[in-house]
Amino acid sequence: MQSRLPILIFAAVMAAIPFVPGMPPFWIVLLDNIGLAALVAMGLVLLTGVGGLTSFGQAAFVGFGAYTTAVLSTTYGMSPWLTLPLSLVVSGLLAVLLGLVTVRLSGHYLPLGTLAWGLGLFYLFSKLEFLGRNDGISAIPPLSIGSFKMLSPGSIYYAIWVAVILSALLTMNLLDSRTGRAIRALRRGHVAAEAFGVHTPRAKMLVFIHAAVLAGLSGWLYAHLQRAVNPTPFGAQAGIEYLFIAVVGGAGYVWGGVLGAALVVVLKEVLQSYLPLILPGSGQVETIVFGIMLVALLQLAPGGVWPWLMSFLPQATGGKKPDTSLKLEQRTRSPGQSSVLLQVEKARKQFGGVVAVNNVSFDVQAREIVALIGPNGAGKSTTFNLITGVLSASSGSISVLGNKVDRAPPQEIVKLGISRTFQHVKLVPDMTVLENVAIGAHLRGHSGPISSMLRLDRTDEAKLLAEAARQIERVGLGEQMHQLAGSLSLGQQRIVEIARALCVDPMLLLLDEPAAGLRHMEKQQLASLLRELRDGGMSVLLVEHDMGFVMNLADRIVVLDFGTKIAEGTPATIKTNPEVIKAYLGVAA
Amino acid sequence: MLFLLQDGITNGAIYALLGLALVLVFAVTRVILIPQGEFVTYGALTYASLAAGQMPGTAKLALALGIGAFAFDLFAARKALHGRLILRSILTNIVLPAVVLALTVYYAAEKPPVAVCIALSLVIVAMIGLFLYRIAFQPLAHTSVLVLLIASVGVHLALQGLGLLFFGAEGQRGPAVLSGSFTTGALRFTGQSITVYGITIAFIVGLWLFFGLTLYGKALRATAVNRLGARLVGIRTTLSGQIAFLLASVIGALSGIMIVPITTLYYDSGFLIGLKGFVAAIIGGLVSYPLTAVAALVVGIVEAFSSFYASNFKEVIVFMLLIPVLLLRSLAAPAVEEEKD
Amino acid sequence: MSALLSVADAHVAYGKVEAVRSVSLEVGQNQIVTIVGANGAGKTTLLSAIIGILPLKGRVSFAGQDLSRLDIEDRVAMGLGLVPEHRELFVTMNVEDNLELGAFRIERSRAKASMERVYTLFPRLKERRKQLAGTLSGGEQQMLAMGRALMGDPKLLMLDEPSLGLAPIIVADIFRIVTELRAAGVSVLLVEQNAQAALKIADQAYVMELGEFVLSGKASDIAANERVAASYLGFQHEAASGL
Repeated sequence: MQSRLPILIFAAVMAAIPFVPGMPPFWIVLLDNIGLAALVAMGLVLLTGVGGLTSFGQAAFVGFGAYTTAVLSTTYGMSPWLTLPLSLVVSGLLAVLLGLVTVRLSGHYLPLGTLAWGLGLFYLFSKLEFLGRNDGISAIPPLSIGSFKMLSPGSIYYAIWVAVILSALLTMNLLDSRTGRAIRALRRGHVAAEAFGVHTPRAKMLVFIHAAVLAGLSGWLYAHLQRAVNPTPFGAQAGIEYLFIAVVGGAGYVWGGVLGAALVVVLKEVLQSYLPLILPGSGQVETIVFGIMLVALLQLAPGGVWPWLMSFLPQATGGKKPDTSLKLEQRTRSPGQSSVLLQVEKARKQFGGVVAVNNVSFDVQAREIVALIGPNGAGKSTTFNLITGVLSASSGSISVLGNKVDRAPPQEIVKLGISRTFQHVKLVPDMTVLENVAIGAHLRGHSGPISSMLRLDRTDEAKLLAEAARQIERVGLGEQMHQLAGSLSLGQQRIVEIARALCVDPMLLLLDEPAAGLRHMEKQQLASLLRELRDGGMSVLLVEHDMGFVMNLADRIVVLDFGTKIAEGTPATIKTNPEVIKAYLGVAA
Repeated sequence: MLFLLQDGITNGAIYALLGLALVLVFAVTRVILIPQGEFVTYGALTYASLAAGQMPGTAKLALALGIGAFAFDLFAARKALHGRLILRSILTNIVLPAVVLALTVYYAAEKPPVAVCIALSLVIVAMIGLFLYRIAFQPLAHTSVLVLLIASVGVHLALQGLGLLFFGAEGQRGPAVLSGSFTTGALRFTGQSITVYGITIAFIVGLWLFFGLTLYGKALRATAVNRLGARLVGIRTTLSGQIAFLLASVIGALSGIMIVPITTLYYDSGFLIGLKGFVAAIIGGLVSYPLTAVAALVVGIVEAFSSFYASNFKEVIVFMLLIPVLLLRSLAAPAVEEEKD
Repeated sequence: MSALLSVADAHVAYGKVEAVRSVSLEVGQNQIVTIVGANGAGKTTLLSAIIGILPLKGRVSFAGQDLSRLDIEDRVAMGLGLVPEHRELFVTMNVEDNLELGAFRIERSRAKASMERVYTLFPRLKERRKQLAGTLSGGEQQMLAMGRALMGDPKLLMLDEPSLGLAPIIVADIFRIVTELRAAGVSVLLVEQNAQAALKIADQAYVMELGEFVLSGKASDIAANERVAASYLGFQHEAASGL
């Protein structure tokens, strides 16, 4: 949806460069190297900045891409164009294998895992006989189109930069889609995304494979540029260097990878060529200066040079309003239409010795608003988490429309038509309100990563965004649709969460302290929205502390204290229940 | 075989110290201290140089870094300069390293006793650690772990390059701290290995007491647990960071001094040694001190055995072995929402 | 009577947004001053800027001294304390250690007396002194956060939404303690969404909306103000009358 004009201009400039009269061939070589590094970096900025997965091992994938084509085109005489898909497939398969192990690692273990196999694979490259051990493989044939052989750096230049620009476009397309939203929620909103059907490990694998394939492509191009491969460029040093490039350029920005590659490659070149002229003598001075410059760059632009540069340009505001006439299919209603939507039967949750939820039973019928109240620590949020599958019950059962859901994960529960908001707002701050809300409709869309990259998902996407836009209007935030979610006030963010939950087309809405932080007017608007939803056929189960809000809205109230249900009934009966008053409302409110 | 085990434990003890230092620095400053290996090298080679009557370049580096730290201090306080601050900065950052440099020049001319070599080496590396924190990491205190990691690698590259400049490509060995040896049954203990065990245990006990019982130790722990909370009770977090780096560099230098009589060390040996301490720290999850220490011993033992039986694939084994360990640790740790990076 | 805390024409930016605009306030000795307003009004941002977490454009002075060049740690050492919205406790350390660290900047001799005072004020904390802070209930954590701030013997304590997420019965407890603090000579700057409870105990009040103070004066006058009653006392009023 963004303008692709700057990219076209960039492509034109890059295409013209070799034709500039007097262009030193050395610069073309430099640009070739920048392009190769940019491909790897592009995948890496996605991995770290968007996916939150720091990888030291990308160089190993470059190695696999390079060695695959090296072996196949020399020993087996295959044409390089045939080895291209094979190089990519090998990198992809390796990514699947390594990814299955790596993405299950949490927190700090993940980058260390990548370091471990990155180093291990490097040593493997240098020990295997058929890969030529430390000497590697040489006499690799060049790329050729017809009888034209790309022997000089200037000729393969086009192959490299076409690859870079194409990859950038595909990656940007991927990020601007249903799959893209799931990926962008990985870093700071994955718990919420899971509640709407996103499989976090799958999304992580996708980014991992994507980055690996890009690295494999770089390796393939490298092999046909240098026409010889050995293990050295695929070790830990290279792996760390790719990481520099990603961080210096700007983790999370596709073009940050390209810029970072340009900066680091040029810097290294300048240091290696010119430093010995200024300071003749013992080598390794370049390393010292490089190290110092790296730290200096980070101190000047800790978020990366690309975003720092972008901050000087005027902000692009607004966006096209989605066509709200497009309709999404309704969520498939599950069979078993009883009037009891949710049945919680003697649910119990124990954390070690602490009983957080103590044999609690209640139900929610169709078309009603039920409130769950109780002092802090009474077990209300824990009960919510049991119902939505974030936690599994120690004993007891929870059924939705007669289907038992005790052990089901959040992704399954949402398919039954239950959606929720969170006590601590879980939105992705760098995505717009529209994009955040669209995550709610994730399960109602169908396009996968490949169709996103190739832009074949436009109809599906239009319908998804239309639904999101409708719900945003419904909750009264139409003006803020294209603003970044992080820039809204807390109260507005809570309302965005409600819009997101509505995109599921739910039959039961679970709201965790929806009124917290809202002003009086906003609370009244929320209350009337909820009544409207109930009258339209939805049920609502909400946790709240604001007594006035609850008493005026709920049809039934369930009161918890220390994990146990102490009362249940209409607002009138609860207000005067002596147990409740003692435990919760206090004597003088 | 017992001999291999003993070897493994001696090395493991050193890896344990290094691993502990890494966990400490990470907990307080969120910096993954890749240059820890350089502290080892610098400590070892400064010590060996002095003992051989040569002038170590690290003393000059300390002064240069001190001047840099002073400059950073001035710039940071540029809107509110006052006499006390400037004086304190000059004393710590310029006067101290200058005095040490003078002492080093004096002692390098005549071969000084071992005790003096050790003392000077420790002070020089300690200053380098302190000033490095001020110059490279303190300005980045609010950035993500990833950015700090890249900065850490940058510092490592610079220090390693400087190491080559100062000490050349040849390796060195240093004099033993405690000479002699004795044998019990099948085991032979050298004075050096006794030193290693003694110092390691002393340090571990010392650190445990420091963190558990003293107010400054608790303040350091508090900074690691909740930085903002620490500031709100008046704990200067820059001070915590400086203390952590100081401890880490002293531990690194000490480790180097203990190794260099046993093994020849080169300008880049420290990196690989530090890496093994790193592996131990990882297994400890970068949080648990006891687990790190145990893991370090295991790493030492595995290394001793695999270098004897399969030295060609030694590195592959050690690194690939890490993966199942990480997996297990990962499954054991509960799923938490990531901290805001 | 000269003001203990004085803020003049303060502007605070939060990211790209100017969250606090042209705010001036004063807190005197032995006073409880409250700032009420909905979430997003800028109250927390203002407190964060006064303590030094965020940069403040304007003038802030405490006990006659200009704070603009001092870091958080130094402002705290001067006797200005903050109990933040998220409490920021040392969750893996026990209650006693948390309190001990609260006295980090004062002389060791005074620290012991401070702890006795805190335990008298919050007997529940004394019962649980060896318990890890992370395992306490919400109300107990709030008490620990306040106790820790009091350990430093502050002259002025700033409380950011102490009642948030707590049951009314515990909220009453905490507000009672706040009045005891005033009696003991500690001034309090109280930021609250629960306007009703806050206005009951405060001497002076400011009403904040969208980053600015729209009303200021004696707390009793503010509580009686029609507009305030409609905006902020609405539902709570009903709840109170319903019981």
